[in-house]
Amino acid sequence: MDFSFSEEQQLLRDSVIRFIRQDYGFDIRQKTVTSSAPFNRDYWQTFAELGWLLVPFGEDDGGLGGSAVDIMVVMEEFGKGMVVEPLLASAILAGGLIAETGSAAQKNDWLQPLMDGQLQLAFAFAEPQSRFDLANVATRAEADGEHFVVRGHKTVVLNGGAADTLVVSVRSGTGVSLLAMDSNTPGITRNSYKTVDGHNAAEIYFDAVRVPRANLLGVEGKALPAIEKIIDRATLAICAEAVGAMESALQKTVEYTKTRKQFGTTISSFQALQHRMADMFIECQQARSILMMAAMQLDAGNGVAPRAVSAAKSRIGKAARKVGQEAVQIHGGIGVTDELDVAHLFKRLTSIQYLFGSTDYHTQRFIG
Amino acid sequence: MNSEYTQAELHFRDEVRQFLREKLPEDIRRKTLLGMHLTKDDCVRWQKILHKQGWAAVNWPVEHGGTGWDATRKSIFETECALAGAPEVIPFGMKMVAPVIFTYGNEEQQHRFLPDILASNVWWCQGYSEPNAGSDLASLKTSAYRDGDHYVVNGTKTWTTLAQHADWIFCLVRTGGPQEKNQTAISFLLIDMHSPGISLSPILTLDGYREVNEVHFDNVRVPVENRIGEEGHGWTYAKVLLTHERTNIARVAHSRCQLQRARELASATPDGSGTLMQNPVFAHKFAEIEIELLALEYTELRTLDAVRTGQAPGPESSILKIKGTELAQSIDELHAEIAACGGLPYVPWQLEDDFEGDKVGSDSAINSWLRYFNNRKSSIYGGSNEIQKNIICKAVLGL
Ligand SMILES: Cc1cc2nc3c(=O)[nH]c(=O)nc-3n(C[C@H](O)[C@H](O)[C@H](O)COP(=O)(O)OP(=O)(O)OC[C@H]3O[C@@H](n4cnc5c(N)ncnc54)[C@H](O)[C@@H]3O)c2cc1C
Repeated sequence: MDFSFSEEQQLLRDSVIRFIRQDYGFDIRQKTVTSSAPFNRDYWQTFAELGWLLVPFGEDDGGLGGSAVDIMVVMEEFGKGMVVEPLLASAILAGGLIAETGSAAQKNDWLQPLMDGQLQLAFAFAEPQSRFDLANVATRAEADGEHFVVRGHKTVVLNGGAADTLVVSVRSGTGVSLLAMDSNTPGITRNSYKTVDGHNAAEIYFDAVRVPRANLLGVEGKALPAIEKIIDRATLAICAEAVGAMESALQKTVEYTKTRKQFGTTISSFQALQHRMADMFIECQQARSILMMAAMQLDAGNGVAPRAVSAAKSRIGKAARKVGQEAVQIHGGIGVTDELDVAHLFKRLTSIQYLFGSTDYHTQRFIG
Repeated sequence: MNSEYTQAELHFRDEVRQFLREKLPEDIRRKTLLGMHLTKDDCVRWQKILHKQGWAAVNWPVEHGGTGWDATRKSIFETECALAGAPEVIPFGMKMVAPVIFTYGNEEQQHRFLPDILASNVWWCQGYSEPNAGSDLASLKTSAYRDGDHYVVNGTKTWTTLAQHADWIFCLVRTGGPQEKNQTAISFLLIDMHSPGISLSPILTLDGYREVNEVHFDNVRVPVENRIGEEGHGWTYAKVLLTHERTNIARVAHSRCQLQRARELASATPDGSGTLMQNPVFAHKFAEIEIELLALEYTELRTLDAVRTGQAPGPESSILKIKGTELAQSIDELHAEIAACGGLPYVPWQLEDDFEGDKVGSDSAINSWLRYFNNRKSSIYGGSNEIQKNIICKAVLGL
């Protein structure tokens, strides 16, 4: 048993910590969030230069190894800094699917430029009626000679407004398939927006979009296992992000109570609040433990990973709710203001509760 | 024991229902049900409709234009309004300062201020909290020193809800020295927001809305005749009114209405092979909230009954505040869960009538997360839930 990070992981972690501390202050983050740009493209270049875009990928694909633990290391620090640049949507999710299912030529077309920082990707899977069911796909792809013709509507596509290339789950033949397509292909309409947690997303409508058969990723009708696998990795990534965000929320709350005075004393001296912060601390620790369990199971690749990821998502969702709400409450009025970072941590923690399946959904998936 | 309404009460309920059916503007109803922030005009329009009916001042005595209703009628009225989707009355004028004025103000002040509050001609805001005086309100520092027949006010109030709309602010200010006891050092002043020396800094809440403000007073001259009651007695007036009967503090009807909407939405939300409402885990959570609400409803009725039989409501109002806000917040969370990721897009402006462009998602989903975020405030303001528990510990349990 060894719960320590490797030297490479330690270095990676240090480089993310340094970036957040030096370049990603809350004010700077908010400038991006309130601008019309989907995120800060200069930072994306920095990510490429620092090699972070290689983290989710195996060495065969030109990446750094792509272990779940590596992803965890980066995402936890991203959680503390509330990073909105789309490492999750572009690289872990859409890039992950191309790495998982793509041919050498397809990886050359899309993965390489992604890792170089030149290409933005998004994975369009959710639909208005699908809730958390990945197999519930109504978007259809009809074969027409050497093309597919795609019709449908994908909702809340993370990084959907910024993506140059979309990976889209479609129903074709007897099952679910994956198609990659240029986001400017005629017939695609995008309505992009910011999300409540400062990220970017889009509604994407497909109206008789013609996609060359060469853009099919993997085997037609057999994409579901790959989708589930990559969504599990993405789920682990946001669990790690939540663990970082929760620790940050706890730390800021503890610090605040030591400086805020009411009734002639710091509010940290009230035992009613002390115990609540102790509970938050326990939540953070339980969350971290189950996160590490799930990361190790994912890397072990022994078949129990889906259940382990659901256990983590369920438990961390519960912790995220409690820690987020308590951090706001213990701050008092300032906690519900836009100017306070903790309010934004709370909002991101709420998103994480629901992204890729709610707490209840994952508890039920854990049952089987 | 008997919780049935009398014939007359049932008749009254029908009358209220009919009024709401006929007079509640549809646009205001929609905004309220969606939990949107109402504009100043929306609020004033509805309050003027209530005024025309003679139902604006539910808690006032008849001689000042109040309804004179007993606790049961007030409760029926508030319930029907909430169920119909009527907005809650902006409390600062009607429910907060008016009772101070008609209880402790002199006749001149009553004539000067009450009719405009009754008719919603002026907008009031509440200037109690300060940057360093929140839960510990008594430590407030905004000072008012006497200069002839004026007070000169200096200091900063904060969290002042919708001060940007306000014509008047009622303030607790320090007229005594910093060492003096609250019972003799704090006075209650009515201040014209258009006075020279007042400036506002907006504060956005976490849903991006300008809900609150800092209000700065820089040598603001306030005529002495704007002081309520005696100098140095403001703290007593404010406290009496805080423990004074506050109907609707538990917001049971509001919660019932939102819970009903949650049921409708969950029943129309696909989940697995059925609907979300059919999901046993969700249904269980829903039922627990419904049961808690039922208990709270009867806790509230017991409080009303105690008031009716002449017992002053004491710490019961703390129970109503804590449970009422917790329930409202958990119902907001149900709405957020029903919407799930449909609550992620930040596009509140698309709910406005004049929005042109392509809409994203459904109206109820778009606002659900924002409402959940925003309503975290309700366990913080009006005496935080921690402070309410301290009151119970002290006043009931004798700790
Ligand atoms: C949206 C909003 C609107 C508001 N509108 C108005 C308004 O119109 N007018 C107005 O005057 N005020 C208004 N308020 C202010 C509100 O009443 C205060 O925020 C509230 O009294 C809490 O004070 P605070 O924010 O300074 O928090 P603090 O008093 O600093 O409290 C911070 C935390 O410490 C806890 N705490 C404090 N003391 C104790 C204790 N002894 N034991 C245990 N826990 C304790 C609190 O419960 C809270 O969790 C508003 C607030 C909000 C958020």
